[in-house]
Amino acid sequence: MIALFACMLLLLIGLYAVVTKRNIIRIIIGFSLVEYAVNLFFALVGFKRNGIPPIITELGQSRSNFVDPVPQALVLTAIVIGLATTALMLALAMRIYEKYRTFDITEIRRLKG
Amino acid sequence: MDSSFIPLFVVVPMVTAFLIPLFAKLWQRSSALLANAAGAVLLGLSVYGAVYLFTDSPALIYRMGGWAPTLGITLVYDHLTALVALAVNAVGLAALLFSVRYLDHYTGHWKFFSLFMLVLAGLNGVTVTGDMFNLFVFIEISAVSSYALVAFGTDFDELEAGFKYMVIGEIGGTAILLAIALLYAKASTLNMAVVSQVMAGFGRTPLFWFIVAMFLVGFAVKMAMVPFHAWLPDAHPSAPAPVSALLSGVFIKVLGVYAMSRVMFNVFGLSRANAPAFFNLLLAFGVLSIVAGGLLAYAQKDYKRLLAYSSVSQIGYILIGLGIGNYWAIVGALFHLLAHAAGKGLLFLTSGSVEYATGTRDLDKLSGLEKSMPATAWSHLLGSLSLAGIPPFAGFFSKLFIVIGAVSARMYWLAVLAALFSTVTLGYLVSVVNRAFFARKDREPTPAHEVPATMVIAMLLLLVLTVALGVGFKPVLDKLVGPAAENLIQGLGYARAVLGG
Repeated sequence: MIALFACMLLLLIGLYAVVTKRNIIRIIIGFSLVEYAVNLFFALVGFKRNGIPPIITELGQSRSNFVDPVPQALVLTAIVIGLATTALMLALAMRIYEKYRTFDITEIRRLKG
Repeated sequence: MDSSFIPLFVVVPMVTAFLIPLFAKLWQRSSALLANAAGAVLLGLSVYGAVYLFTDSPALIYRMGGWAPTLGITLVYDHLTALVALAVNAVGLAALLFSVRYLDHYTGHWKFFSLFMLVLAGLNGVTVTGDMFNLFVFIEISAVSSYALVAFGTDFDELEAGFKYMVIGEIGGTAILLAIALLYAKASTLNMAVVSQVMAGFGRTPLFWFIVAMFLVGFAVKMAMVPFHAWLPDAHPSAPAPVSALLSGVFIKVLGVYAMSRVMFNVFGLSRANAPAFFNLLLAFGVLSIVAGGLLAYAQKDYKRLLAYSSVSQIGYILIGLGIGNYWAIVGALFHLLAHAAGKGLLFLTSGSVEYATGTRDLDKLSGLEKSMPATAWSHLLGSLSLAGIPPFAGFFSKLFIVIGAVSARMYWLAVLAALFSTVTLGYLVSVVNRAFFARKDREPTPAHEVPATMVIAMLLLLVLTVALGVGFKPVLDKLVGPAAENLIQGLGYARAVLGG
């Protein structure tokens, strides 16, 4: 339960950074925190106290203590997607810096209306 | 029938996306050729699938790797899928054909076509998938490639719009992932059909509504409903015109409207009868989108920005159609999905033609283009008439069905609002015609030439579709849109169709 609240806290910290920070790099870090929080939560979904790996090592073994392996596989996929998005965000941030010579989003405002 | 053609919707564009960079080194023009060939194959596949479903058959199911549901990924091709796949691939092919010459001013053609193919792979994947996590993966594939495409020009505006779009879009994507995690925690499976059966057994607890809310936030960002629309008027105009056509024409509808309807109607089994609050919320967002998008579109001087606000407004029509929630309103919403895909795709292509020929999108600097670019001018005019709901074009019937739905649900004020705001739509779209295409007294016509043949053909393709959907609305309604609306209304009937029996 404490772990779930820690996840929620992490998510809120990340959202706070995305919404309030002016520096593009900090926004990206905030976004990464949000993503980690969701991934961590997803991994916790498969958690089981005193769980064991879901591998049958001897015949007739009880399967009730097996940890659910699906969330872990899904989280791996989500992490890879997160890697791609973070890489693209950082690439965009680099190009923005080359053009605008700043990371401050309040100075990167040409589109409006 | 053999359903083994369904995976090709994802395989064809995905393989092409990786072939394009390989062949680009040998021969530069091969990128455009390969991409267009793949686009044509995809359109052929969606027509093939739709024609098969016309003969009154149930949904087609394909099990990836032969794994039974609850374990493996299931692909589903029902009438709703057929409708969305047709829209995606028709607009996709037109945009690809248009890109061949439009990219003259750009470098790195193979990067463009490769990313474009990945967007198409994602959109088709979202359309055919029957698995929650698979849905998320395809949403991310198309979304991440679209961020790169929006920033493709790598100039000041494009980079700013791309970054803004990416941060907001990814927050939406993360909300969807969180919702899927919670759903998995409750249902212990990801197959949509099985999830829907399991969820039917759970009560409407606060957690249930929290999951629904998380999905709604994610899809609301993807479809740019007001007040989640802030990124769209920046992102869609900044992308190259064929990409704008794809994004505004089908992207926001597949990732937003289609995915949301699938999850809300078929997985959660929501309907007007058992969840009136949810549907009223959709109505409220829809009305807000129609009004805010329509009024903001009036104030625009930039050709594509005007069209982008118009998209926000037209998404509102689809939302009120879904929000009213009876048969005719949902038919209207789905018909508007088709009509707006063809119409707005067409208008974004004409804006691309104008930009290609004159080098500007500023409506105050354009004048009298009708003489020099007749095909573009007429495409724009007819597309505008369709979106504004003038008979006999497609947009008329969609709005008619929504109004019928509103009246039969005794929501007269909605019917009045829908009719009223189609005149607003007509107003801002015709103002483009007045400013850019007709001669102005105080100004010389802008010098321009008609665009190359491939670009004209691309516009004609969507123009023909717009007219055909309107003139031939009866067969479209009977064979495609009607059954697709049934797919949504049946709600949990989806599970029976997919699992068989």
